[in-house]
Amino acid sequence: MRRYLPRLVGAVIVLWGAATLSFLVLHLVPGDPVAIMLGAQTQASDEVKARIRADLGLDQPPLEQYFAYLGRILQLDFGTSYRLQEPVVRVIGAQLPSTLALAGSAIVIAVAIALAIALLARGRISRAVANVLELLVISSPSFWTGLLLLTLFSFRLHWFPVSGGQGVASLVLPAITLALPIAGILSQLLRHGLDAANAQPFVVSVRARGLTPGQLLARHTLRHASLPATTFAAYIVGSLLGGAVIVEQLFGRPGIGRVALDAITNRDLPVVMALVFLAAAVFVVVNLIVDALYPVLDPRLRAVR
Amino acid sequence: MSVLGTELAEAPARRRTPPVAAIIAGVVLLLLIAAAVLPGLFTSIDPLATDTRDASLPPGPGHPFGTDKLGRDVYARVVHGASISLSFGFAATVIAVVLGTIVGIASGLAPRWVDNVIQRALEILLALPELLIALVVVAILGAGTVNLVIAITIAAVPAYARIVRAGTLQVRQAAFVEAAVALGQRRAAIVARHVLPNVIGPLLVLATIGIGTAIIAGSGLSFLGLGPAAPSPEWGLMLSEGRGSLATAWWVAVFPGLAITATVISTTVVGRWLQGRFEGLRS
Repeated sequence: MRRYLPRLVGAVIVLWGAATLSFLVLHLVPGDPVAIMLGAQTQASDEVKARIRADLGLDQPPLEQYFAYLGRILQLDFGTSYRLQEPVVRVIGAQLPSTLALAGSAIVIAVAIALAIALLARGRISRAVANVLELLVISSPSFWTGLLLLTLFSFRLHWFPVSGGQGVASLVLPAITLALPIAGILSQLLRHGLDAANAQPFVVSVRARGLTPGQLLARHTLRHASLPATTFAAYIVGSLLGGAVIVEQLFGRPGIGRVALDAITNRDLPVVMALVFLAAAVFVVVNLIVDALYPVLDPRLRAVR
Repeated sequence: MSVLGTELAEAPARRRTPPVAAIIAGVVLLLLIAAAVLPGLFTSIDPLATDTRDASLPPGPGHPFGTDKLGRDVYARVVHGASISLSFGFAATVIAVVLGTIVGIASGLAPRWVDNVIQRALEILLALPELLIALVVVAILGAGTVNLVIAITIAAVPAYARIVRAGTLQVRQAAFVEAAVALGQRRAAIVARHVLPNVIGPLLVLATIGIGTAIIAGSGLSFLGLGPAAPSPEWGLMLSEGRGSLATAWWVAVFPGLAITATVISTTVVGRWLQGRFEGLRS
């Protein structure tokens, strides 16, 4: 347990920093947050403005506002959305399942594609093909690959619906779009890891012990190869969140990404602040899980105390 | 993606990009730069000229990439869009590299506790997806071309600052820096003559790849409607305009996307080739 203590402290520091950052967002916005919130054509009286100011605690000194904000975050209270007049937690909570379904299926697809490429591309020509494919999917913006998939599979072949968030059929194209660049990155990491593992001396001794190439792969080299990819897990989950903003917009899917975009175009600051905190929390949690997973993947780490 | 670039750069035995690919990528990049600087070389058609009689024409003679629903020539728009996307990429990357270098060197040379504070702050920024940071900056400053460049820049700084700091810490231990200190050289001179040249090489290589990342980020924000306003031939904006007519006129969205991908691939390939050469020179 002692091993994890510094990591937990680090995680709390990152969360505290993210909370501070999101608090700063509110105060960095040039002009009066209340005026921004009400929009340019507001007809609200000064009394209404003063009441909103008091509701948000904006009439308090900054330091007191800051501590009050931290206190509310500890209770998972992110205030009320300006635009929707609903608690931020409920706004985000309502859209979370849709994005989780999208991101979850994207991860599964990405890992499957990456594993397939890493295991199949062992020859010279297939490696070259894999190189080109990886470069292609990493370099293509997701809003373009998504459009290509839409054109081909929805408009030409009519296999999948054009947009919407209903049912599994409407999940396929967005999930593939989100998965492709991540599959490219994962496949690069896996192939690189496999090459490095195969160059290790233990490969010869394992083969000498009589294990088949398949057993060697499943029990040893793939395990080694998955370590660098695991290190990138938090980065990958983060890029899923970022990618969801674009993919949900492109496919007209409901979800956190849409909430984020709406909040930003409408300057719905409480929602923006909560999303910043949520993204940091996801990053921290994934990193803690990864830290706990390392010893499972790599027995050498279990002995170290 | 610049975060990823740094890790891959450190991995040994990276495959080298074959020179043929690097040459093709270099040529594509030069053509794109030429299109950005002198669009008149490639087309004489006005990218904003509408002609409703020629609306939504498929690619063919006269209109190699077809026309959009207002009858504007898609090829001319893609050519004129090059200057916008490339300047997003270059401007954001150059500013981010300069800021990253300043923060990184300052952090690497500062007293331990200052370094710690800066590193924790960078860690928090690195914990957030780059697109989210850019979106938050847009939420603070509002949409628009200049704000978009600022947003991509701020999102890219932490990754560069990290690399520069790591390089600075290495150089700081080197004997030649100790010698320079012993010789009584001024701090600024040591930074300029010894630290900077040693950290700048790998940074510039990563920046080449970073241009591609910045272009994707910029066109992505434009696609979301947070960049230049409507008649602009910015590639991301053209894509989002073309999305509505995908069923009848696929070419309106497909060609600007192809332009973005070609640009990003060529900067990545050139960047990797430079990376390979650079590592070769060092070892």
